[in-house]
Amino acid sequence: MMIDVGRMMLEILPEIGLLILIGVVLVLDLFWRKSRKKLGWVSFAGLLLIFVLTLVFVQPARLPQLTWGGMISLDMTGYIFRMIFIAGAALTVLYAIANDSLAGRGEFYLLLLTSTLGMCFMASAADLIMLFLAIETTTVPLFVLAGFLTRDQKSVESGIKYLLFAAMTSAVMLYGFTWLYGFSGTTQLYQIAERLKYGFVPQAAVVAAMMLVLVGFGFKISAVPFHFWAPDVYDGAPYPVAGFLSTASKAAGFAVLARALFVIFPLQTETWTLIVALLSTASMFVGNLLALAQKNIKRLLAYSSIAQAGYILIGVAADSPLGTSGVIYYLSAYLLTNLAAFGIVALVGRAVGSDEISAYAGLSRRSPALALAMLVVMLSLGGIPPFAGFIGKLLVFAAAIERGLIWLAILGVINTIVALFYYLTVLKVIYLYRSEEEDKPLAVSSAAGTALVICIVGIIALGVVIAPLYGWSTDAAATLLFLPR
Amino acid sequence: MGIPVSYYLVLSAIMFVIGILGVLLRRNALVTFMSLEMMFNAANLIFVTFAAYYRVLTGQIFVFFVMTVAAAEVAVGLALMVAIFRTKHSIDLDQMSSLKG
Repeated sequence: MMIDVGRMMLEILPEIGLLILIGVVLVLDLFWRKSRKKLGWVSFAGLLLIFVLTLVFVQPARLPQLTWGGMISLDMTGYIFRMIFIAGAALTVLYAIANDSLAGRGEFYLLLLTSTLGMCFMASAADLIMLFLAIETTTVPLFVLAGFLTRDQKSVESGIKYLLFAAMTSAVMLYGFTWLYGFSGTTQLYQIAERLKYGFVPQAAVVAAMMLVLVGFGFKISAVPFHFWAPDVYDGAPYPVAGFLSTASKAAGFAVLARALFVIFPLQTETWTLIVALLSTASMFVGNLLALAQKNIKRLLAYSSIAQAGYILIGVAADSPLGTSGVIYYLSAYLLTNLAAFGIVALVGRAVGSDEISAYAGLSRRSPALALAMLVVMLSLGGIPPFAGFIGKLLVFAAAIERGLIWLAILGVINTIVALFYYLTVLKVIYLYRSEEEDKPLAVSSAAGTALVICIVGIIALGVVIAPLYGWSTDAAATLLFLPR
Repeated sequence: MGIPVSYYLVLSAIMFVIGILGVLLRRNALVTFMSLEMMFNAANLIFVTFAAYYRVLTGQIFVFFVMTVAAAEVAVGLALMVAIFRTKHSIDLDQMSSLKG
């Protein structure tokens, strides 16, 4: 059999591009000793180039295919999630350039790009070995990124907490993988599914293996009860890292969660939809109720992101094309929204020197543009039209109703209302409260400004022009349910 | 094969439980890391067992990757611990409380 190396290379073009970019950043870091800040722009330009190249050249066929010896599945899901990760990384790089303690550090960009590389593989992995390696390639750089500011005790502590939780959950997940391997004698996801279907493995054992695997994925998406790390890590990690963790890393978790559940466990659908629905309910309630009590904006966003994971899980629990496309739409909208939120929090935090919500008093007078951006972000997180968050919520709730999970949709709507309370409280402080420093304008650097403008335009665009992304995510949802050839 | 597969599985389950209890109960960060290693090795044992049982190599290859990854994780963890030790002169996990949780 002839192996077409050129075509195989093209199939993993984004990953190869990222690897080359990592090499370039590593080498330039050695030579540009005085102007390392430029490394950020190099990374950004590289990511932009990879994004465009992926968009044009890596468009997969309609039917999914296995490639690289069955390690990678080429389909719309992998394609669209890679774009989400690369976009998230590019925006995070822009925020890092605006952050004085990160901008001049070449290794920051290096680790961020490595993590993105791992995520790209997570989105398309079709083999347990590939999946495990991709998850670890994503997570290990994130430990370092969370603990990046070694002089800041909070940062180091958040790094080690993230590491302990991640290592423990991934060990549990790996134990689940060993069971799947034991049941089937193969590590290829689609072959495992085949052999589970025709094998004589007791249902209870398969469900137990599924629970073990779900622990690892639940950690990545910070769903309750695997959420304990999130508030502490977001609080201690540098702002751009917290944003990246809450968006791209979460999206990667959902990509593998959906693929694993749909591909390996199609026979246990009734069990896992119930489990996912329960995880979703718990995440929504715990996230929203604890967020109500928060005085610190980073912790508020952390609990809000736990609740958002709950809404997205509704789409997974629906186990339908509409639900899955809702998940993808929601994740894209959430990526832009939460990255903008952490960008604004970083700017205000640096200017005011505090992350308390009370420090946002008078922001509408210090910087009307930032206040307006925060308004868009909070309303989008709360699910108010015409912003992107509304469409995401609409799709996942509609999917739940379509599949008869009406109780779940109702709980979701109730939680949306609870969540609006704390999102609007932040806006109240920004717009109605006065402070003594409100005549001092707030400086926004060009990098952070660019990133914010991209995010805000994206939020409004995804909220108004629904068709293109919805079409793509519907294609992706359809391919996820097919067996590849 | 002289020893039945179930013996290996039981041993691995015992190792896994000891590991998980160690992570949850011990407060010394170094002991926690050793317990994590125990959990990874419990998984490795199952991989090797089934690789021998099915006579396919994928399980053994998986073990190589797991060992590499576990080493990388511990390397990063030790680096972070050194950074903490510099300021606190302790690696007791209960004392890492400058974050509220």
